[in-house]
Amino acid sequence: MALDLPLVFALIVALSIALYVVLDGFDLGIGILFLLAPSDPERDTMMNSIAPVWDGNETWLVMGGTLLFAAFPVVYAAVLPAFYMPLMLMLFALVFRGVAFEFRFRATQSRFLWDWAFSAGSGIAALMQGMMLGAFIDGVPVRDGHFAGTTLAFFSGFTLASGFGVVAGYSLLGATWLIFKTEAATRDFARRLAPWSLAATLLFIAIVSVWTPFTHPFIKDRWFSLPNFLFLWPVPFVTVALAFGIWRAVSGKRDWLPFLLSAALFMIAFAGLGISLWPYAIPYSVTIWQAAGSRDTLIFLAVGTVIILPITLTYLGYTHWIFRGKVSSGYEH
Amino acid sequence: MSLDAVLLSRLQFAFTIGYHILWPAYTIGISGFIVVLTLLWRATRKPVYREQLRFWIHLFALGFAMGVVTGLVLSYEIGTNWSVFAARTSNVIAPFFSYEVQTAFFLEAGFIGIMLFGMDRFPERLHILSCFMVAAGAVASAFWILAANSWMQTPSGFRMEGNNFQIESWRAAIFSPSFPYRFAHMMTASYLTGAFVVIGVMGWYLWRRQHLAFARSGFSAALAIAAVLAPLQLVIGDLHGLNSFRYQPIKVAAMEAHWEGGAHQPLTLFALPDMASERNDFAVDIPELGSLLLTHRTDGVVRGLKSVPREDRPNVPIVFFAFRIMVGCGLILIAIAWVGLWLRWRGRLYDTAWFSFVCAFASPLGFIAILAGWTVTETGRQPWIVYGQMRTAQAIAPVNAAAVASSFALFVAVYLTLLMAFFYFAMRIVLAGPETPAPERESLAVRPGRDSAPARTPAE
Repeated sequence: MALDLPLVFALIVALSIALYVVLDGFDLGIGILFLLAPSDPERDTMMNSIAPVWDGNETWLVMGGTLLFAAFPVVYAAVLPAFYMPLMLMLFALVFRGVAFEFRFRATQSRFLWDWAFSAGSGIAALMQGMMLGAFIDGVPVRDGHFAGTTLAFFSGFTLASGFGVVAGYSLLGATWLIFKTEAATRDFARRLAPWSLAATLLFIAIVSVWTPFTHPFIKDRWFSLPNFLFLWPVPFVTVALAFGIWRAVSGKRDWLPFLLSAALFMIAFAGLGISLWPYAIPYSVTIWQAAGSRDTLIFLAVGTVIILPITLTYLGYTHWIFRGKVSSGYEH
Repeated sequence: MSLDAVLLSRLQFAFTIGYHILWPAYTIGISGFIVVLTLLWRATRKPVYREQLRFWIHLFALGFAMGVVTGLVLSYEIGTNWSVFAARTSNVIAPFFSYEVQTAFFLEAGFIGIMLFGMDRFPERLHILSCFMVAAGAVASAFWILAANSWMQTPSGFRMEGNNFQIESWRAAIFSPSFPYRFAHMMTASYLTGAFVVIGVMGWYLWRRQHLAFARSGFSAALAIAAVLAPLQLVIGDLHGLNSFRYQPIKVAAMEAHWEGGAHQPLTLFALPDMASERNDFAVDIPELGSLLLTHRTDGVVRGLKSVPREDRPNVPIVFFAFRIMVGCGLILIAIAWVGLWLRWRGRLYDTAWFSFVCAFASPLGFIAILAGWTVTETGRQPWIVYGQMRTAQAIAPVNAAAVASSFALFVAVYLTLLMAFFYFAMRIVLAGPETPAPERESLAVRPGRDSAPARTPAE
């Protein structure tokens, strides 16, 4: 039996997106919370807690894009034009937020501008990612392998709910990351904010989860038909249990726990999404097998990826490990 | 799908990729110089090389961020604006982009943190290793992206299935006929440009009589590199040109503004090529030299622009003038590098004020040459997106012209603002000069962020 390469690459793409969402999620979340911080030293600490790793985290976004191009060219060619406006806005936002890392520390009078660029850039990027997610769930009209919809179709009440859901979720990851990586005033600030971020995240998860089956019959059928329902009914309960765990852990002694549980919350939401949309690469017309590139191309890509990806994960893990421990506030040593 | 969307998408892509290429050229060049500095430090243990290293890591960081964010834009722009191109060519070139991320971007991103924040915190070997890894990542990135670009220029290793390109041979597709020349030409250009950035900053200090010991060390090292690379680049460029002459003769005809073709072609030093009447106005020609340069014989036959229909020709004036700008900048760089060599031989390298002054303002020339060179090769490829196989106008995504117009306007505004911000902050680093040597550093107030970024508390 030949290896099902489209399935293998669907899993690798899913892994890249999951890593991106958690890793850049806390980066962007810190940006979202940035202006709420009590004072400048806390903002320094917040930025310092991600300065050595943000670039590696964001690279998963490029990884996802190029993997789609190579492994699922139909998705790349049909979905990217469909999301022209939100993608461009996301890219502009990421440009501002990326250069702010370097420019903010060098600025004196203009520092508040870069604070805003960093924070607004992070917020808009998160919002656009969430709106694209919502529009993706809504389905992308495709004819002959190319986008057949309109430029502003991505904008609706549902996509806004999904967009603010991602903003809230990232802010939860950011706040719990700060509990993990900082101490003193910055950690206190993060502990105050984390329950609010959690509440907002749960609210939007609930809105999107209830809204989706009502307007998307395919997804309703996936979750509420037998025998699927027998396997899937625990998902909401696990979500609630995780949320309760985060709420308890925020004021607990183990600083790493809230972040870990928040990442788990993201993973369960991501798994829920996967369950909802399987086996579509473009909902609700193109499956992952129909979207895949030629077998020769997938083999060439697979051979290198199987060798390189574990090495990459190893040294990226190493750089996170070498910068382990609490980040100090910046003025005090 | 209208012509407007095509033209706007072309302008937007040209602007965003032209802007982006400045930063990889800068970071490849400076990361190369940083590696040279680590080697000089290991070999001599002179503290001045540590100072140089610290100084250039700061300036590197500033440009690196610009490269990352402007590169991210491009990886998505191929899909948003050129989705038909993406769909038809993905089975051949898309893995190149994915391997670029896997072998280059992650390598740079993984080690940049240690390179920027680890100089005083981690063992020297780990820091130097990180500098090497970042420089290697920059080279790997150029390898894959130039493989993709070269395939679009001189496609090989594929077969057509309907409208789609399918792979026949990966080796032939990656190492397409123009790839070795383009790769060598771009790498040399980047290292040369980086060397002239160093020469410019150090020349400024020498001219102002500031930080003299520091300035001499960098000036000397960078000018030595330039004295080798600048003439080498002329040779590589010539070989690249001969390669284009073989595989893309119409591009070369546009570079030289040869309309008729045939034997005994002149070299046109200057002219105003007129595409409508298919002739050159105000031409200044050197007889026979055109044929001699391209074929190494005066009776060598050169193809002219008229050998293909009008709709298969690139914009001649753009290619013609961009080529002259590139060569002109390159010749000035060679002249500066060799004058430096002569002054060094005379023992006057560091105290010839006019030379320091010229060097201080020569830094932009490398970047101008790179932009002009890419204009030659990309405009010269037109009207094809895959040379001889697929037209640019066929490649456009089903995008709305108004949407492209707004994103293009935003790109121009945002990128120009960031360029000014970059120059402002880079100037401040340069004007502040090298930091005080290590023993005194400890007692000084540390700026938040850069110097003190993520510090670790003692192990608990």
